Amino acid sequence: MQQLWQMILVQIREFYRNPGILFWTLGFPILMAWGLGIAFTKQGEPVKHVAWVNENSSSKTITNFIGADLNHKKIGNDKSGYTDYIFEKATWNEAIQMIKRGKVAMIILEKGDSLQYQLDPKNPEAQLAQLQISYALKNGNITADSNEIQTFSQVGTRYIDFLIPGLMAMNIMMSCMWGISYTLIDRRGKKLLRRMVATPMNKSLFLFSHLITRIMMSAIEATLLLTFAYLYFDISIQGSYTALISMIIAGNVIFFGLAVLTSSRTSNTQIGNGLINVVVMPMMVSSGIFFSYHNFPDWITPVIEKLPLTLMADNIRSIFIEGAGFSQVWPALAILTGTGTLFYLIGLKIYKWY
Amino acid sequence: MTSNNIAISIQNVKKSFGALQAVNGVNLNIIKGEYVAMLGPNGAGKTTLMEMVEGIQQQDEGEIIINGKTWKNHEDELHKLLGISLQETHFFDKLKVKETVKLFASFYSIPDSRCAEILKLVNLEEKAEAFVINLSGGQRQRLALGIALINNPEIILLDEPTTGLDPTARREIWDILFKLKKEKNITMILTTHYMEEADYLCDRIVILDKGSILAQGTLDELLSKNESSEIIEFSLEGDNSNVQLPDGNGKKQLNYDAKTEKWQLLVDDIIAYLPFFLEEMKRQNKKIKTLECRKMTLDDLFIAMTGRRLTE
Repeated sequence: MQQLWQMILVQIREFYRNPGILFWTLGFPILMAWGLGIAFTKQGEPVKHVAWVNENSSSKTITNFIGADLNHKKIGNDKSGYTDYIFEKATWNEAIQMIKRGKVAMIILEKGDSLQYQLDPKNPEAQLAQLQISYALKNGNITADSNEIQTFSQVGTRYIDFLIPGLMAMNIMMSCMWGISYTLIDRRGKKLLRRMVATPMNKSLFLFSHLITRIMMSAIEATLLLTFAYLYFDISIQGSYTALISMIIAGNVIFFGLAVLTSSRTSNTQIGNGLINVVVMPMMVSSGIFFSYHNFPDWITPVIEKLPLTLMADNIRSIFIEGAGFSQVWPALAILTGTGTLFYLIGLKIYKWY
Repeated sequence: MTSNNIAISIQNVKKSFGALQAVNGVNLNIIKGEYVAMLGPNGAGKTTLMEMVEGIQQQDEGEIIINGKTWKNHEDELHKLLGISLQETHFFDKLKVKETVKLFASFYSIPDSRCAEILKLVNLEEKAEAFVINLSGGQRQRLALGIALINNPEIILLDEPTTGLDPTARREIWDILFKLKKEKNITMILTTHYMEEADYLCDRIVILDKGSILAQGTLDELLSKNESSEIIEFSLEGDNSNVQLPDGNGKKQLNYDAKTEKWQLLVDDIIAYLPFFLEEMKRQNKKIKTLECRKMTLDDLFIAMTGRRLTE
């Protein structure tokens, strides 16, 4: 017991004696939630650019549409929101260059007395621009029955409601993978592990102490993030708190297992860096933390859904938004804890202490 | 030497890493209370041999018995019996000295009161509250030594405990080890590059080269074994690469050290040989640039035996 306590103390002390770590683990997630929340919820109307080519054409369609002295036009209505389209007047060659540089997504070409849209149909931004502009050109503006559109205002349906639970899951992954894997690899490289196992130290207890410390850190992190989200974005948990706490613990177990396995052999921190990224990056990109993974092709979604980060994020989200409790999340709890324990045992078996 | 006063018995131990034979059939018995120094150039197999005694590496062949016990069957007991300081260990940077000692004490289930004793023993009481990262090299080595002593070990194994330290810091470590020898009947193996360290601290010096024991004994024994114990070291003006000296008059051996660009002449007696040497140089029309006469050291002995320097 004395041993375990001392091992935990080492990590806590190293944590609070390094102000940098304090910021990156506690401050940064909150800053990220704030930044992303602001970027996606409080933004003004979007501004989009299209190229407008009118070389010796008699057509006055666009000039009449945006007004002779202007170069932009707001399209939309009060309910569904406006997009401000800027029409970049250009020669054909200039327009092509703008497309190549990604400055515009579509070219409007006035030729003779007709009008053409030139775009890549695989580019959703171009599709949207074409729809909005052509619709507005025909009807004068996108009009809609004011009762036809109802905006979301209910808590749980906003982007920030989607984002916060995902961020919470991602923090657990990052904190375990970097906080445990990287630290252990570094300690092996510095021959500290070798020195420690030259004593009667209990090896599995030593690794286990990292899990306990991470759970303690997660508790602090989650509390801070939740408090912030509640105060700033009015987010609250609809479902069961005990289910949420269990998910956080299960998340720590799976990523603790992965962290032990990842750190089991190498003593080179640069290789360690690569290994951690191999584990972390695919999940960061695909697990639907920032954007829904349902945008990926259908054949891959069943795979994505089974990734630990996806499992954790989806279930934490259902507790937050859909009011889920134990009865909904227990399969995920069992899978995460079970595979985490398995990874840990494999890692311990092949662990290189010297 | 009866078997129950042998602390460490190393019997025909071999260890290779791929094609490299790091330790090649070493036999060595260390008596309880004995301080033994292992000397040898880098790559001689000192650390590998030490790590096998420490239980960190396993030998391919042979046996290592410590107080009648082997690593295979008595791992826990041996961990409690030994105190170890590795060649280079970083401790936790942002942990205080006191906390580091406490952490290691917890591995042995030793009460906190022992920590104060340790800090006193290695003169780190004033640094108890300092972070490990802020310690000097000498203080860090003393901390490593303190941690090696935390469990009151019967045997301590120190791998180059003073390498890279300045003479004062080295002296402080020596004083601690010397005091331990006087006050407790502790057994020690120490590896080192420094002959004076081996001579000052240890009862016996074991010289290793290419994985085997080249020679062993006290410093005097080792030096007298090679009979010639005096050296004339010189270099010449102009062409220094070719020197011929006729045999006789007590000449033993003539070696050229490319690193220092000096010749080393081993003779029975400097006083008897020097006039002959000077005359011979004059006869050969060679102008002496530097000349030094001295007693033989272990380094010279090693060069005489292997043609290489001990400190390489």
